[in-house]
Parts: sequence; structure tokens; C-alpha cells
Amino acid sequence: MKRRDVIKGGLVLMATSTLASIYKPAYSKTYVGGTGAWRATPPPPLSVVDASRLVYLTPDEAKLVGAIFDVLIPADELGMGATEAGCVTFLDHQLAGPYGTAAKDYKLGPVVEGLPQQGPQSIMTPAEIYRKGLVELEQAAHAKFNRSFMELSEEQKITFLHGIENGAIAFETLKSEQFFVLLLQNVREGYLADPMYGGNRDMVGWKLVGFPGAIYDYRDWIVSKRGKKIDVHPVSLLGRA
Amino acid sequence: MNYKRPKADVVIVGLGWSGSTMAEELTRAGLKVVAIERGAWRDTSTSFPTTRDPDELSGSVRKDILQAPVTETYTVRNKVGQTALPMRKYHNLTLGNNVGGAGTHWAGASWRWLPFDHQPYSHVMQRYGAGQLVDGLILQDWGVTYNDLEPFYDRFEKIAGTSGTAGVINGQRQPGGNPFEGSRTSPYPTPALERSRANVLFAEAATRLGYHPFPVPSAMIGAPYKNALGLNLAPCTYCGYCQLYGCGNWSKSSPNICILPVLMQRPNFTVVTECEVIRINTTPDRKTATGVTFVDSDGNIGEQPADIVITATFTLDNTRLLLLSGISTPYDVASGQGVVGRAFTFQTLSWGFMFFENEYLNPFMNTGALATQIDDFNGDNFDHTGLGFIGGAGIQSLSNQGLPIGMAGLLPQGSPQWGKGWKQAFRKGYQNYAQIQGQGTSFAHREQFLDLDPTYKDRFGQPLLRITFDYNENDRRSGRFIRDKCVEIAREMGATQVGGDSFADRPYSGYTPWDSSHVQGGVVMGEDPRTSVQNRFQQNWDVHNLFVIGASSFPNNAGYNPTVVVGATTLWTAKAIRDLYLKNPGPLVRL
Repeated sequence: MKRRDVIKGGLVLMATSTLASIYKPAYSKTYVGGTGAWRATPPPPLSVVDASRLVYLTPDEAKLVGAIFDVLIPADELGMGATEAGCVTFLDHQLAGPYGTAAKDYKLGPVVEGLPQQGPQSIMTPAEIYRKGLVELEQAAHAKFNRSFMELSEEQKITFLHGIENGAIAFETLKSEQFFVLLLQNVREGYLADPMYGGNRDMVGWKLVGFPGAIYDYRDWIVSKRGKKIDVHPVSLLGRA
Repeated sequence: MNYKRPKADVVIVGLGWSGSTMAEELTRAGLKVVAIERGAWRDTSTSFPTTRDPDELSGSVRKDILQAPVTETYTVRNKVGQTALPMRKYHNLTLGNNVGGAGTHWAGASWRWLPFDHQPYSHVMQRYGAGQLVDGLILQDWGVTYNDLEPFYDRFEKIAGTSGTAGVINGQRQPGGNPFEGSRTSPYPTPALERSRANVLFAEAATRLGYHPFPVPSAMIGAPYKNALGLNLAPCTYCGYCQLYGCGNWSKSSPNICILPVLMQRPNFTVVTECEVIRINTTPDRKTATGVTFVDSDGNIGEQPADIVITATFTLDNTRLLLLSGISTPYDVASGQGVVGRAFTFQTLSWGFMFFENEYLNPFMNTGALATQIDDFNGDNFDHTGLGFIGGAGIQSLSNQGLPIGMAGLLPQGSPQWGKGWKQAFRKGYQNYAQIQGQGTSFAHREQFLDLDPTYKDRFGQPLLRITFDYNENDRRSGRFIRDKCVEIAREMGATQVGGDSFADRPYSGYTPWDSSHVQGGVVMGEDPRTSVQNRFQQNWDVHNLFVIGASSFPNNAGYNPTVVVGATTLWTAKAIRDLYLKNPGPLVRL
């Protein structure tokens, strides 16, 4: 019998509620009113992701993702492109974490394809989708142009990605259009999430639309700036990451 | 290892709005109450500090605050004969995963429902007759009226610190409020918040069209306020991180700031967290509940005996717990007999979407419930003769989103979704997009119901709940009618591009963007045991010491959000337990 079990087993014999409140499994907790002993576990401290090394993507994958992302959000007079803004770093860290492993999804079987309104049924994780999708995308580029996606002209890249987006260029192990949805969602996230996640360098995405960032109080402006332009330098949770 | 906790007077399953409201009432009455909650303890200062809360990625994008499908999900199909499949990823039903429940992350619209919404059957029969109902529609009164509930609505608003502008006090119309609302005995505890630019444009347009705009009552506190339990609440700062976020300002009503700090001072209250109740235990004759069985985070099975069992979980899980426990008769769609899982409703949403040319709507200055509404087409506030449906919607200019990832795809029609064209369109669309929501009624139908899924199980091997739901003809007709009203007002607002949508024109999906999270029914209260699980006091007809509280008790959904009604019906039931049941334990309604 484990020590913890002894403690719990003994509980059955305890007569008073005061003693019973001692019972405390590893994560489940018992909070008794009036004791003052109730305080949440603080969340882990905020930190900036380490952009100096890749944590999930291979260097080749990272280059390819960067080339795709820079078509989806290119550099122009409105601001830097996705790669320069850190979107590949953002994605790399997301794929290495709980998002990448779809840790929160329901994955029990049977896994069957349903009607569109029943929602996605695949239990393939984002990390797996990128690993396979990038290979498929490169194969499709070779099949069509006899070269890597990264070697295509800007115009060819755009046309090719439209084909992925609408499913005209099909993949074998997953749906190309679903891979595209993921790419577009993730590059936008990287461009627009707080810079501490690795993207949105210098808050370029927020400046694009005039979003002030992590500001918690607009009482001074809710009336005075109603319908008016607000010129403010955005702030992020960890300063200028 | 199995174990048994000491017996309590009352065990409450789930410590969200309804559970904590009930716990406060019953501990104040001197009862020893134990609450069992699936989520972890959360308190405002530690868990939602303003120095980390404004983070869109972990908030409304990754939805870290919600209960994950891996913990429990639901299977869905549109009709009998289809195979229901699990919602594997986060879906539109936003369940809480902490002490405080969904009351921690909710958007905060804080409505009393119309008198009509509590007695729809009587009202429709009197005004129109049965010919107004589409085939298969289920319509029944609650057994409790608006007037019965008014003191409890009043009390709950004073716990929550609700902000708003009263429309009718003691039968007298009040300027600026909702002229259609049920009569109130007092004004809102705190004043309505300032309006957004979009709200102002909406109010002007609606007034020109002859409608009656008013500020939507809100959980975002309008001024410093000491609530009915003596707790200090702070004014809202319009930061825009409400829905799917905790509030670090102490300015969004939640169990965490409005009730728990008081509850946790009482030695006769205990909450056991991160334990999931898997069944309600009864005596062999199923006439008396004896307590609940739960699984703790080590996988040990615990038992909490109690004299009174109250389940206050998420709406759908209230139904599931009864089905898993074999209490009351499950609904059988073939015969129409049985009650558990019957009278399940959703919400019928219609929208008007619009883009202006050169506005500065500054969408980031918002709250989860910063909205201006008209009720001219809600409930039975207008004549439905010849329309072929009952109900309607609250039609509102809703300023609840300004976070950029969530708005990145909201572009004028024909705009590219990526490339240079996207950057230009997004830059312009972000300041020029506005929306009008028609939050519509939903009435039950004999082919909409909940039961246990025959195939899919949760992490403990228990069957998932199966939702069989599609919009009925009443929803489709009312949805289109409301959509057209949304579009009419959007045009009047001066938008250059206007679109409309009625979700009921497509099959129901748990993944429709901008859809509602509101589900009701399954364990409804009522006047007749053949059509309700519980009597008018939310007391089980068969098991006298079992009370199932929450929106699962509502046999229809209104053109509003449900939270304040959950609070009011909980207080109503708490009073019945305190004043009637404890003196004479047994059925409170005898037929």
C-alpha cells in the first residue's frame, strides 16, 4: 500500500470534519471555509520565447514555412513580412507545445468522417499536419514546376498557393485545403499575437491596424475618442519583445 | 482506493454561478455544505492579474480558460438516423474549467427575461391559439412566473452589481430603458456603461426607424459598488478582454468576486476541487438521493453522502448526470414519452454585418456585453398574426470584439484573405466593421433531445451525452424575419456594405463561427410530471431531495442570454429549500 493510500484509507475512520479536511490528494484539493488557506496556484511567469534555435521544425522545414508565410503576409510599405516579424519562430514554439500535440482534443475512437457540420474528426495533430503537409507541398511543387516551392517566382508562388487553398492541388495523406487553413491561421496568429510568443516583432501587426495592445483601461477615451483616431504606440505584455 | 467523506447536509455538484449562489444561501441558513467541482480553484488576484490577462492568444484563440474536449465532450447529429460524432476540438459551447465555472469567463449580458418567456404556452394560446405553432413544437409554462421571480431577479442583480438603465419600475415607464421589460421594483444597481461608436450609430438609426433602443444590462460594473454580500466591485475599464477571459479588475460580475470571498469565510462550507462527480447515488427504490460519487485527480473513487443533493453543473451535464444515475424516465423520441433529455433548446442567431467607409470605430474599446438593443421584435412584443412563428429576437449592436487575430478574417466582401491585398483590406476593415446580432428565441421540438451516446465514452469510460438537434421550422421563419430587421437597421446606419445571415437556414453545427453558446432544457421544471423532470421549485418529481438547477430547467430559450435567470431561479429554489423543505422534507408540490 502506498503512503498516500494509507492516509486516505485512514480518513474513513476519522469522525470529525476538521480532521477530514486534512485529506488532500495530489491535485484535487479541499478548501474549508474560515481557514483562510485558499489561494490559487499562480500561473507560470510570462517569458519571451527563445528565437535562437528551432524546437520542433527542422531547418529545411523552417525555410519552407518562411517562404510560404512570406507570400501570405508579404513585406510591403505597410510593414515587414511574416518571417521577419518572427512568425516562423512563433509557429515552431507553438508546434512544440500543447497546441502542436492537440493536447486538449478528444481523441478516442472510433474515428470516422462525418458530415461537415459535425466538425473535424481527424485526430492528426498540428505538429503532424505540418510534418506531412510540408513534404506534400514540396512534392506538389516539384510535380508541377519541377522545382522547390522556394525557387518559384512570386507570381508562381501565389498561383500555387491558390491551388492549395481551393483544393485544386490535392495532397495524398491529408487535405491540401485544410493544411492551407492551418497555415493562414497560424501566420496571422504569429503576426498579431503578443510579441512574447516570438512573432509580431516591434508590434508590426498591431501597428498595421492601430490596435493598442495590452492596454487595460480605456475610460479616458471611451467617450472623448469615440469615432476619432487614436494615435498611441502599442504596448505588449513584456515591453518591446 | 475508494474512500468516503463525512456526511454533509447538502452536496452541490459544480461551483459556478448557480452552485455558489445556492451555497451562499444554504450556508447562511446554517447548513453544512460541501461543493464538488471538476475545475481548479481560481481567485482574481492570483489567476487573472491585469499584468498577464490581456493576451489574445492564450485567451480567445487557444481558449485556455475553457474545459477541454479531452476532459469531456458531446456527440452531435442533426436528426434520428444519423450517426452522432464527437466534437473533438473546442466548439461553441464554452464550459468553465474552474471554481466559478463559466461565470468566470462569460461575456456578461445580464438579462431578466420577459414575463412571456416564463409562460409562453398560456400567452400564445390566449393571443393566437394552437394554430400558431408549427408541427412538433413543444411549448409549456414553467410553473413559475415573472412576478414570482421578480424579488429574486432583484436580489441576484444586487449580488452581481448589474449595470443598466431601467425601462419600467413599479409599472412606470422610465426614460432610456427597455419599454418592453417586466416591471422592476428597483433600478439597476449600477448605471449603464458608456456606449461605443457603433452603439451610438445603431441607436440613432433605430430611433429614426421608430424603434426603442436601450443599453443592454451588463455584468460590467457601471460604478464602484458594494454588493448585497458586502463585497466591493470596481467600475469597468472597457479593456475588451471579457469573453473567454477572467477579469483582473474586479469589474465583471463572477462568482469569484461576487460570492466566493464571502462563502470562503464560513466554516460550514467546503469545496473539493478537481474532482468529477460521476453519478448521483440513490436508495434502491430510487426515491431518495444519498449523495454523490466522484473521481479525484489520482483516479480514486470518493463518495460524498448528503441529505440533499443539488446538481449545478453545465446545462448539458445536468441532463447527463441524471441519465448516468438512472434517475427519472429518459425521453423516448419514438413515443414522445419520458422527460430527461426532452425540451432541449439552443439559440436562433441572425446577423447583420456591415462595413463603413471612413469610420474610427476603435473596436478595441469594448466589453463582452457592450451593446445597445431593441426589443421591438423580441418575445411577443409584436403581433405575430399571419407570420407563422412565435418568438423573435433581441436585436443589438454588439461591440464585443476588437482583438486582432479574431478580426483578421472580417473583411469587406471580395477582399483577399492573404497577401498584400489582405493587409490593406484588414487595415481598413478593422476600423470599419460593425455587426448587429439578432439573438433569437428557441422553442423545443419533439425531435430535439439529449440522450446517452451508444458509442463514444469519456475518459472514465462513461457514455458521452448525445445531442440530436436541428433548427425547426419556427426557428427558420423567425430567423429570416429577424435577419431582415438586422439588415434594415444596418442600412439605416449608413454602412456602405451590408450583409445578412440566418444560421437556422443551414443545418445546426457546433462550429458555426459567431454562434451562441447557450443551450437550455433537458431537466425542465414545470407543472406536469409527464412533461417535466422537476416541479416549479426545481425539485425532482421522483426524488424529493434532489434539485437540479441551472438553464437545464428552462423549457424554452428567450431572445436573451440566460445567466441572470439562472441566478434568479436558483435563489427562488434556495428559498423554497430553506423555508419549506427543511421544515418538512418531502415533495413541495403534491398533485
